[in-house]
Amino acid sequence: MTGFLQNTFNGLVSGAFYALLALGLAVIFGMLRVVNFAHGAFYMLGAFGAYVLLTEAGVPFWAALVIVPVGLGLLGMALERAFIHRLTRLDPLYNFLLTFGLTLILQDLVKLRYGVQSSPYATPSALGGSVNLGLFDFPTYRVFILGFAVLVCVAVWWLLSHTRLGMVVRAATERPELTRAFGINVGRWVTPVFGFGIGLAGLAGVLAAPMRAVNPLMGADLIIVVFAVVVIGGLGSIFGSVAAGFGIGLVQAWGEAYLSDFPIVSQTVVFVVMAVVLLWRPAGLFGREEAPA
Amino acid sequence: MRRTVGVAAASAVVVFAAGCGGGGPQSGGDQKLTGDKIVLGVLNDQSGAYSELSGRNSVTAVEMAVADFKAKYGDRAVTKNITVETADHQNKPDIANTKAAEMYDRKGVDLILDVPTSSAALKVADVAKEKKKLYFNIGAATTDLTGKSCNKYTFHYAYDTYMLANGTGTVTTEQVGKNWYILYPNYAFGQDMEKSFSAAITAAGGKVVGKDGAPFPNTSGDFSTFLLKAPTLNPKPDVLGTMQAGAELVNVVKQYNEFKLRDKGVGLAVGLMFITDIHSLTPAALAGTTYTDAWYWNFDEQNRAFADRFQSETGTRPSFAHAANYSAALQYLEAVQAAGTDDADTIVKGLEGKEVNDVFLRNGKIRAEDHRVIHDAYLAQVKPQSEVTEPWDYVKVLETIPAAEAFAAPSPDCTL
Repeated sequence: MTGFLQNTFNGLVSGAFYALLALGLAVIFGMLRVVNFAHGAFYMLGAFGAYVLLTEAGVPFWAALVIVPVGLGLLGMALERAFIHRLTRLDPLYNFLLTFGLTLILQDLVKLRYGVQSSPYATPSALGGSVNLGLFDFPTYRVFILGFAVLVCVAVWWLLSHTRLGMVVRAATERPELTRAFGINVGRWVTPVFGFGIGLAGLAGVLAAPMRAVNPLMGADLIIVVFAVVVIGGLGSIFGSVAAGFGIGLVQAWGEAYLSDFPIVSQTVVFVVMAVVLLWRPAGLFGREEAPA
Repeated sequence: MRRTVGVAAASAVVVFAAGCGGGGPQSGGDQKLTGDKIVLGVLNDQSGAYSELSGRNSVTAVEMAVADFKAKYGDRAVTKNITVETADHQNKPDIANTKAAEMYDRKGVDLILDVPTSSAALKVADVAKEKKKLYFNIGAATTDLTGKSCNKYTFHYAYDTYMLANGTGTVTTEQVGKNWYILYPNYAFGQDMEKSFSAAITAAGGKVVGKDGAPFPNTSGDFSTFLLKAPTLNPKPDVLGTMQAGAELVNVVKQYNEFKLRDKGVGLAVGLMFITDIHSLTPAALAGTTYTDAWYWNFDEQNRAFADRFQSETGTRPSFAHAANYSAALQYLEAVQAAGTDDADTIVKGLEGKEVNDVFLRNGKIRAEDHRVIHDAYLAQVKPQSEVTEPWDYVKVLETIPAAEAFAAPSPDCTL
């Protein structure tokens, strides 16, 4: 029982990363109809941002948790204005290729400066120990990640459902033409929303730095799973991406724990789930069929 | 800049060599060399996971060997026209295959060096056999290079899975604890390592109480399920043996520390680790971990002198792969000098059974039976942070494993 709970908890922690990344992708896709392939690279930049701030400027983890996502958000906004914006009217494939190219450039720039070897980043000392969760001890840092990620997801949900900004974003996501017809300047919100999604990826990166290998390719493997998560949850569905993120984290952890005699199964389980969901509900678990224009 | 440093350092060798007197045939102008030149080819990973532990810096190491060779023989050298070609195989067997063929056929390469990643290494062995050209493998671990895939033109120079398992598995079982839990990446290298380690542990009187193949590549980056499982096994393992490499090793070690397994009585042994891995994890994260090293830069004065030169050219300390590439290039050039020709069959004859001592090979011998190059290996332990007094000096050598014991006896599967 204890083992099951521990594995469940770990699954939720992995799921927290998927949820944060998928949430950013979903917001961006909803507003811009852009599949941001560079999301993994921004996650990587988030982790490197924390590393660089600490080693070059002595900025601690807590400050990095704010500075890095904001900084990357601004960078994201600049990129949106400079490049992505110009291609949104064309076939979505153009922006897919653009962001893919961007990924390669960002990865190689980091490689050039820091090499492929992982860079060290220690767990902040306040979160170094472990806490007793009743039945078992658990690393404090993991508890923190889970709590923090849930908090961020709830905050984003509140922002979208209780503020005027959220209302505009939701309306623009569902019926962009109609929203425009009501005199709302949708275009004004596109850039900040893109920056916001990128900021979330950066935040996930900072959170990952103490427990994952910080190297230029750290986002490349992860992003494939995150795309599966987004597809399972339903493209553009905010709630779907978060739920699917945590769900896939759980499925992976349970798969590794209880199917460890078949490593090939735990390796592919995410994609099996994706295939099944697509056959059963082509728009994803929480997505809706594309609204007729 | 690079060149002047190389020449300056090499001049020290000249003084030394001058004292030793002649030797080697006078062969400055004859036509024994194809194209009257020697071309060395370094084929390795220059952009991916293994580019730090070998990569471009191994090309520099080979250039250092060329400079030393020229300085030692001066006008008596078999040729002064020695060049170094290089290519990135991206750890992909098919690219390695094409690049190796291109090097031998179009670039006139006489010897291919390095080639990490076992699957790629085996492909290049096939190419070497087909083209009847020399190949010194340094970066790959698979024992198949001197087993069922061995051939006349392939030499395995630095290390293999047997060496790693035999050193770490045996000594850790004897000194740390008998019960092991083995975690390995589920692909050729990891499976090979698991088998070699299990054999070494059992032979030393230990027991593998559990083993798991983790997904490879592990897309979630999370190993916590396995790390949580380790202390709950019955009997409880004394040692967690991780066979992960590179970034995955970093993940395992970070999470091993996160779950405080050392405090729970589960020690850590690492299958394959390079000095560059310790540098990126910091010695604090690995303190007390034992592993087998093929060479250590601060082992003695000779190694340190090489490491100082290497650092002045590359800005970093050499891994064993860098030192082995230097040594392999140098020994090949010596063999060509002695034979007066670059004809592969003649060189193979000259190398077989040869005993060598240089900066990398201690008590080295090039075995004629299977072309395994045997040499002393080292059981190393990562120092606690408090004992680290200079950057990169992260380990102490606990024990030297004599060449004869460090490697397996020639495999019956190998017929050259």
